[in-house]
Amino acid sequence: MAHSSDRLRDDTEEHLAEGAVDVIDPVLATAPENRVWKKFRTHGSAVFGGILVAFFVLIALLAPILPVPDPAATDWGAVRQAPSLDHPLGTDEIGRDVLSRMVWGAQASLMAGVISVAIALTLGVPLGILAGYFGGWTDAVISRCTEALLAAPFLILAIALAAFLGPSLTNAMIAIGISATPIFIRLTRGQVLSVKAEDYVEGAQAIGLPTPRILTRYIFPNVFPPVLVQATLTVATAIIAEASLSFLGLGQQPPSPSWGSMLNTAKNFLNQAPWMALWPGVGIFLVVLGFNLLGDGLRDALDPREH
Amino acid sequence: MLSFILRRLLIAIPTIILITIFVFALQQLLPGDPLLVMAGEERDPEVLEFLREKYRLNDPIPIQYLAWIGNVLQGDLGISLRTNQPVTELIGEKLPVTIQLAIMAIIFAMVIGIPTGVLSAVKKGTPVDYAANVVALSGLSIPNFWLGIMLILLVSVQWDLLPASGYVPISEDPIQSFTTMIMPAFVLGTALAATLMRHTRSAMLGVLTSDYVRTARAKGLLERSVILKHALRNALTPIVTLTALLFGELIAGAVLTEQIFTIPGFGKLVVDAVFNRDYAVVQGIVLVTAIGFIMMNLLADMLYFLLNPRLRHQ
Amino acid sequence: MSFKTTTLVAALLGVTALGAQAQDLRIALQSDADVLDPDQSRTFVGRIVYASMCDKLVDITPDLEIIPQLATGWQWSDDGTSLTMQLREDVVFHDGTPFNADAVVRNIDRSQNLEESRRKSELSSIVGTEVLGEHEVRFDLSGPDATLLAQFADRSGMMVSPDAAEAAGADFGLNPVCSGPFSFVERVAQDRIVLERFPDYWNADEIHFDTVTFLPIPDTTVRLANLQAGDIDILERLAATDLQQAQDDPDINVDSAVSLGYQGITFNVNNGERGDNPWGNDPRLRQALSHAIDREVINQVVFNGAFAAGNQPFPPNSPWYHDEIPVPARDVDRARELLAEAGYPDGIDLEVQVPNTTVPLQLMQVIQAMAGEAGINIEITSKEFATLLADQSAGDYQASQIGWSGRVDPDGNIHQFMTSGGGINDSHFSDPEIDSLLNEARVTTDASVRGESYDAAREILNEELPIVYLYHQTWIWALDDGIQGFTAYPDGMIRLEGVTLEQ
Repeated sequence: MAHSSDRLRDDTEEHLAEGAVDVIDPVLATAPENRVWKKFRTHGSAVFGGILVAFFVLIALLAPILPVPDPAATDWGAVRQAPSLDHPLGTDEIGRDVLSRMVWGAQASLMAGVISVAIALTLGVPLGILAGYFGGWTDAVISRCTEALLAAPFLILAIALAAFLGPSLTNAMIAIGISATPIFIRLTRGQVLSVKAEDYVEGAQAIGLPTPRILTRYIFPNVFPPVLVQATLTVATAIIAEASLSFLGLGQQPPSPSWGSMLNTAKNFLNQAPWMALWPGVGIFLVVLGFNLLGDGLRDALDPREH
Repeated sequence: MLSFILRRLLIAIPTIILITIFVFALQQLLPGDPLLVMAGEERDPEVLEFLREKYRLNDPIPIQYLAWIGNVLQGDLGISLRTNQPVTELIGEKLPVTIQLAIMAIIFAMVIGIPTGVLSAVKKGTPVDYAANVVALSGLSIPNFWLGIMLILLVSVQWDLLPASGYVPISEDPIQSFTTMIMPAFVLGTALAATLMRHTRSAMLGVLTSDYVRTARAKGLLERSVILKHALRNALTPIVTLTALLFGELIAGAVLTEQIFTIPGFGKLVVDAVFNRDYAVVQGIVLVTAIGFIMMNLLADMLYFLLNPRLRHQ
Repeated sequence: MSFKTTTLVAALLGVTALGAQAQDLRIALQSDADVLDPDQSRTFVGRIVYASMCDKLVDITPDLEIIPQLATGWQWSDDGTSLTMQLREDVVFHDGTPFNADAVVRNIDRSQNLEESRRKSELSSIVGTEVLGEHEVRFDLSGPDATLLAQFADRSGMMVSPDAAEAAGADFGLNPVCSGPFSFVERVAQDRIVLERFPDYWNADEIHFDTVTFLPIPDTTVRLANLQAGDIDILERLAATDLQQAQDDPDINVDSAVSLGYQGITFNVNNGERGDNPWGNDPRLRQALSHAIDREVINQVVFNGAFAAGNQPFPPNSPWYHDEIPVPARDVDRARELLAEAGYPDGIDLEVQVPNTTVPLQLMQVIQAMAGEAGINIEITSKEFATLLADQSAGDYQASQIGWSGRVDPDGNIHQFMTSGGGINDSHFSDPEIDSLLNEARVTTDASVRGESYDAAREILNEELPIVYLYHQTWIWALDDGIQGFTAYPDGMIRLEGVTLEQ
């Protein structure tokens, strides 16, 4: 939010138009950022969500100094052991401490979740707005490319990327981000299509408001809620997808842990060691819950109609 | 409307051609040799060379592509390198299975996701809302394999209620077919239900505070009718988009569910074909999915028009 | 009324009687078979299906002795260059074509000359076939071939109906016609392969099922759950880690046999530019790795002790195993010494490619941890199988974790891997002495002479170590407790002669 108002101040031409907008603007009152922050702060569940996310981010950052054993250290005498005092979350299939792997895996998983979603957002939202708002050939080109991306099996893209770029977490995040882009394009485009026909947008067009203004002022706020919801949900999918990619040689390579690959391995030990699946599952759940609550708070705070 | 559909169908043809070219080229760039995979433990260079000739793998890629598209125009998608079965037969066999699974999963997801989303929005900030959110998000975070295996162990092994796996075609025995699909459809539908629930909730929240809902309320309409007739209809745009998109994704992404419940579906066909570098099968699949996505997107665009009367005038 | 009742009762009885008779056996396989043509097929699960569908000239006992199946007896010429076989006289193919010497000749011709045939190298020693009588045939060989009978005990010895094969050509696999106890009914890819009892089977008295259905169920946990739910009767390749659970279940029986194959780490010794690396150039490094790992611990940790630790291409219970080179105990100090001798006292890196499935990844991480303690820093690269195979064959690798499913004759486990220019010698290891030893072992049928050759070769290879052998898989079958008469074979096949199911 702060970002968009900074840009407004830099741009004098648009600044001039602002007076005209305020008259007919049913959406935003003055000094939006203060109100938004205030509403957000008092939003109990959003603060809880923020704390959850901050907690995991902190864990990911502090992994090297937390008092946990080496995540790759094996103990042949303690393979697939249930949670105990020595290993509070149990041990895995080759006797490594699950707690430590959860802590160290948080980094790869959060990055896979957040950065790939960020990539998908930066690509998907502008393209979706372009396609929906301008229609015609712009829409045709963007939409057909989206269809192409959707129709190409993800596996082929992933294997090709793994072969050409080699294994790294960054490449995995790029692959996941690109494959998650179509959903944001389509979602944005659909919203834009329905907002575009609203009276106030047509009014703004009628008084000759510059297109970038219409986009940021009217279109974007309406696109924002579903995109935000989808983004907070895609975090979960991306964390899990990282694991499939590491199996193709694209993501984190063993013995480095990630929640997704821990979950993947646990699949084979559901009978003997159910906790191996439990903890990464819980971790992903809490992170996703955190992001979703945070998203709800942001959504409410940004919704101008709700007071 | 009709001309719109016709235009879209016309533009679909070059789109499909471009998609198939793109994937064809990409496939050839992949590491791994289909014949080497096929040969497995028996690599007789002479036989491999013969097969390379037989399947025209030595031809330049553009020639291979032209040969492929020529055959496609005659309704021939080639044969699987691995099992020698015709690709049309494979797709014809697998696609209906997964479509059935996907439709059932979508119905599950809509039946669970949309009402919970509405309820959650209406009761925003109450324990009902929180509970609905937590359940939805756990549905999203629980891995399919875990849920699937737990269901098999509980429902099939312990209670002996439903078959553990397998598939019966709907044409053979509709009831049996439905029973074998209940658990897989539920497993596949959970994540989707969560997505729909969250989107319905968010969209409903936006709409419930809008002017026309306020107007409707002021007119003294029943709350139920306000919510269902006015609010929900206007909240449907993202839901339509998602359902159209996710339907396609379900078909390609049902691999794990299909694998756990041993359903001979499209998802597994896709993955096996890619891993075995079974080019003809991959190419056939891409063709079919491309057509599928174009249809779904067209359907979604038509639904936008129907849902939003204003768009129709443009 | 009473008439109606009677017919109803009769009908009901008829139905139940039929129900008791029409017995279906459901077998879960780990994956789907490839093309069902013995001359073209390549997969292990395909061979499991053939065991019920296609009889071979000879079969094996669980102790790997060759015994009659379609051939009732055989004699080698004194110089070992021709083999005469007498054939069973009461055999017909599923399409009614009689089985005789002419059919054998046409089968060998197809295996050798069908362009798609994968059996060419297995039968390369045969230069001529001659019909000696209606049920007697002679194979003329280019030279003595000790492996031939073992080949006849597998796909090369499977007899298909020559008329059906000629008519179908390369598409024979879509509708295979053999002479085994069950005939082909239908196949739905990735779903099922259905066979039905062949009433004219020569050994029909020993067959107690009316249909056999093979179901590919890739997930091991799910395979077991299906058995527990009663949806299947037999499953192959139970996960070693599920063994305890299956044994604890009173309704499930477990049977097992150590396989003929092995798993190991293949080094790129001289395959392309990447063969020129310390690990390819200096056998001491490879010895160091072998010393750094504890094969028994690997077996315990990864396979719950159910498999067999190994250091040779043959499992320790095999008659071909060289007893004087036992599975080495772990010796980290020796490993460090060898590293130092090779010029790497401070440790060295090693890049190993691994197929992207759970067990190999788990195995390699265990080895990674063990090797790390000896100063060998292993970097694991997980690749999907097609990429792994292509890179390995092209020499684009340093070391590769891969195995071999195993063959009845020892030659199949060693010759094509270790001889110069061998078909699967991806290591490009080459040593003239090994070549001559392994070639000698091929051309004599005298087991003790062969044993000496293999022992001598093993002694050299144990120093050179182009492949560091790790373990031998154990085939584990889980069976419904109503299954009687099942026998575990080291080749992993499921033979249904004498097997019954009581419900």
